[in-house]
Amino acid sequence: MNAVGILFRRELGAYFATPLAYVYTTIFLMLAGVFTFYLGNFYERQQADLVSFFNFHPWLYLFLVPAVSMRLWAEDRRSGVIELLMTLPVRNFELVLGKFLAAWVFTGLALALTFPVWLTVSYLGDPDHGVILASYLGSWLMAGSFLAVGSCMSAATRNQVIAFIFTLVTCFIFIVSGFSMVLDAFSGWAPTAVLDAIAALSFLTHFDAIAKGVISARDLLYFVGMIVVWLLATSIVIDLKKAE
Amino acid sequence: MIELKSLTKRFGSFTAVDGISLSVQSGEVLGFLGPNGAGKSTTMKMLTGFLPPTAGTAVVNGCDVQENTLQAQRQIGYLPEGAPLYGDMSVGRFLRFIAEIRGFRGGEAEKRVLQSVDRLELRGVYHQSIETLSKGFKRRVGLAQAILHDPKVLILDEPTDGLDPNQKHQVRQLIQALSQDKIVVISTHILEEVSAVCTRAVIISAGRVVADGTPVELEQRSRHHQAVSLVMNAEIDVSSLRGLPGVADVQTDESGQQVTVFPANGQAIFPHVQALVQEKGWQVEAMHVERGRLDEVFREITIGGAQ
Repeated sequence: MNAVGILFRRELGAYFATPLAYVYTTIFLMLAGVFTFYLGNFYERQQADLVSFFNFHPWLYLFLVPAVSMRLWAEDRRSGVIELLMTLPVRNFELVLGKFLAAWVFTGLALALTFPVWLTVSYLGDPDHGVILASYLGSWLMAGSFLAVGSCMSAATRNQVIAFIFTLVTCFIFIVSGFSMVLDAFSGWAPTAVLDAIAALSFLTHFDAIAKGVISARDLLYFVGMIVVWLLATSIVIDLKKAE
Repeated sequence: MIELKSLTKRFGSFTAVDGISLSVQSGEVLGFLGPNGAGKSTTMKMLTGFLPPTAGTAVVNGCDVQENTLQAQRQIGYLPEGAPLYGDMSVGRFLRFIAEIRGFRGGEAEKRVLQSVDRLELRGVYHQSIETLSKGFKRRVGLAQAILHDPKVLILDEPTDGLDPNQKHQVRQLIQALSQDKIVVISTHILEEVSAVCTRAVIISAGRVVADGTPVELEQRSRHHQAVSLVMNAEIDVSSLRGLPGVADVQTDESGQQVTVFPANGQAIFPHVQALVQEKGWQVEAMHVERGRLDEVFREITIGGAQ
């Protein structure tokens, strides 16, 4: 197994070494349920799909992903373990990748545990399973993008609370940039190209497209690109800030 | 071999390490001494590839730490200051993780872990989570992780800090046992440690090397070197001691019974003092020649160096 795999295993194990993972997963599942069935009017809609479930995911992630990502680096910097890690014969990006993948798989596990919703809708009607699968994929990719942002914020500080808040704010900006009320503020004076660029940066625009069951290269590229860019930024920030 | 060539580190306008050049050979145990903030830890961080130097180079067994970082890091075992560890892991799991990261697999990894566990007597806490361990045990886990891959170069930042006297003794014995075919660099501000384990002492102050020699050579710089201490059973008149050849100064304590005779330029004055004692018929309870005091040399050099 290479270094990324070893780091990945250690990090993933660390989630389950404390009750944090279980608490987090429970909260995630409970909120997902509340959003879907009460706020999303799952039953009242009388439609065999999971739109009311996936629609709330960006907002769920907005609060829950920063809670996962805040400790990625901040914790190691506070405890000084980062010095140990970075003097082991491991490349910087291997560390960044190992930590990120562990967090991503962990959120993936939490997401996978929402499968009863899928079972429910299958029992009640005849949903399009392809669309649901695509939505799950889109949701997981979006979680990855949130995590990558969080990884960078966590690298920039040794205070987990600050990492949490910065991640939340940054992700919030990336969500609302696709909202019509935000775009309206620009539409009066900004050229269409700028408007499109702002809308194209939004998590929502791309997530909605995938959630409709259309997996286009453009949307996949967006999420993968977001992850890569923010992880590269993490790597740079770690290098700059490790001494402090 | 370790070679530092005018290694420099600046943090903003503050120069933490100011052009340190050193060469350390295999088999040497180098004690890095200096007051807090002198640049010991910063130098070690550059040597282990954690911090990039502002200027200069560090070369470990032919590998430039900046250009060939991983290659250099493979040959180094490092105990960072305060021995940071993953508190949520058990000792066994943590060492296993280090072994795997260091490239050992399966049975070989197992063997390495058990070897260093035995070496640092960690069997009893093997399954215990690290955060529940005492400071001494944590330090030993940190050392176990550093020696696990049998590195050619061991860099230990304050390895005995916070240990009780027995544990200190144990760690020193370990360092001595390890040092045969290795380079060991330890930083410390415990001076007795330098005399106890180091073959060479380098004192740094304000980021510069201000003294470099064997512990004995450094002791010789002390004004206590070759000084004669006497314990009398009655107060004596010390003026006759002052008149002896080669004597620079004589000091007595409040009771007047404890007398120290300082030589000029480290001359051997013991025979003269002994002859005088016999001539005067003084009743002496104890008499010995001092080797020199490292703490005195340390103070003199570092305070002088900072000014």
